[in-house]
Amino acid sequence: MPEISREQLLHVAHLARLELREDELARLEAQLGDIIAAVSKVSELDLGGVPATSHPLDVVNAWGEDEPRPCLSVEDALANAPEREGDYFRVPPGGAS
Amino acid sequence: MIDTLRLTAEDAKGLLERREVSGPELFAAYLEAIGERDPELHCYLHVCEDPGGDGIPIAIKDVIGTKGIPTTAGSKILQGYVPVYDSTVVTRCKEHGLRILGKTNTDEFAMGSSTENSAYGPTHNPWDPSRVPGGSGGGSAAAVSGGLAPWALGSDTGGSIKQPSSLCGNVGLRPTYGTVSRYGIVAFASSLDQVGPVARNVRDCAYLYSVIAGRDPCDSTTVDVPSVVLPEADGLAGLRVGVPRELNEHEAIEPGVRVAVQRAIELCRELGAEVGECSLPRSVDFGLPCYYLVAPAEASSNLARYDGVRFGYRTPHPEDRLGMYKRTRDEGFGDEPKRRILVGTYALSAGYYDAYYGQAQKVRTVIAREHADAFERFDVLVMPTSPTVAFELGGRTADPLAMYASDLLTIPSCMAGLPGLNIPCGLSEGLPVGLQIIGPQFAENALFRVGHALEQAIGFDVVPERLR
Repeated sequence: MPEISREQLLHVAHLARLELREDELARLEAQLGDIIAAVSKVSELDLGGVPATSHPLDVVNAWGEDEPRPCLSVEDALANAPEREGDYFRVPPGGAS
Repeated sequence: MIDTLRLTAEDAKGLLERREVSGPELFAAYLEAIGERDPELHCYLHVCEDPGGDGIPIAIKDVIGTKGIPTTAGSKILQGYVPVYDSTVVTRCKEHGLRILGKTNTDEFAMGSSTENSAYGPTHNPWDPSRVPGGSGGGSAAAVSGGLAPWALGSDTGGSIKQPSSLCGNVGLRPTYGTVSRYGIVAFASSLDQVGPVARNVRDCAYLYSVIAGRDPCDSTTVDVPSVVLPEADGLAGLRVGVPRELNEHEAIEPGVRVAVQRAIELCRELGAEVGECSLPRSVDFGLPCYYLVAPAEASSNLARYDGVRFGYRTPHPEDRLGMYKRTRDEGFGDEPKRRILVGTYALSAGYYDAYYGQAQKVRTVIAREHADAFERFDVLVMPTSPTVAFELGGRTADPLAMYASDLLTIPSCMAGLPGLNIPCGLSEGLPVGLQIIGPQFAENALFRVGHALEQAIGFDVVPERLR
């Protein structure tokens, strides 16, 4: 299995919206390589006909009545906002993605 | 005089009902114990004032949302976050009159096996403060063993209830997936996360489970749950106990752990159970890598919500929104969540999905089938909970893979969605050894029966030697 290159790490970090500092990159590069190598063990098994388990119970959908109920008030919803303006969460303008 | 180190919740209930102790006196006794021993143990991230009433006090792991009480999940990114609603399990505890003593320490986002990943500093093991209490729920387990709570709620993704209970010498249940609501819980890996009780004995554990279990309209993964039977019998006649070779003979298991567990298995036989060997050939070797793909993949998705917009930490003076997301997350998350977010994002990314996450989900099916086969012949399976006793603080922090291996024996049954109970079964080097009892889905009552009978026969003193 491939080691993780610096370029791959930076790409994955971008996808995960993590800005990693230079000292973190050096540390994580080696650790992630070791972790990925260890978990790659799952590829040793030939599991062609085996179905995937996404959920341990045989539960498919759980329906509820479509009835209006009280929900969080605007004040409660905004209570933990880092920054608000009126009834909105305030954020800085968008940057390049 | 209330001895918080020995008092069980059932004892406390009796004292309150007979009015031998008042509600405020009982709560104050725990606050006093916390004042005395928590500066050394650091079990609590937040201690509450007595909310009034005559119910039994309880400690709550800090990944469990509590209205009006800070909930940090051990992370800086949730510093100062105060939920505006209660999780369902907390609502149920309050309906039973239980009073919250405080919020207990945890590895950040419940990611860890020693509680050393908490952004607020580690918890120490009450048996030996130079050692870890296990994790991620080390705060809840150490609080119960250190006499700082009669019982507690924890959460378990790959061993975060059972393993700390093993290292601290108390009783912890990871319930069957789907039996306990996760509404209001800080999510880590949603196909694995379960809330469960930590207690001083099996009857308390069973009682607390009965309080929190049951279908919840707010969590569509919950199902109807069989009635809980508080265990009373001390025999095991008619019970078939399976001993999976790979989980009892693994080279990582310390000799002292092996001896104590073998003695407990021998006791099963003496109590009338039929004991036999079985095999789970791929569950151990492939369980750990399977878990460390599935859990980080789900975590990378769940932790996307920490973006500095609606709650929690936001980086000061961001230049634009993308920069705000990235720097908020870099500054707010510690190393372990970052590692898992990156591994999970990698495993889910285009071109790698089938080889990693897809393959891990198939391995999960293999593990579930191996367990199902074993339960055709046996009612429960037994094995050590942790391959080692409590290790030294700092002993595994530099090597993530060594830390991950702490969960070697708890992970397989978690992957299969099975319930597991830890009970203390002896000492090795003066530190507790835990026996893990696994059952088929919804077999909690069988686990309680076995745990209770063994507990009576073993006679383990749950009070740490240095505090007696």
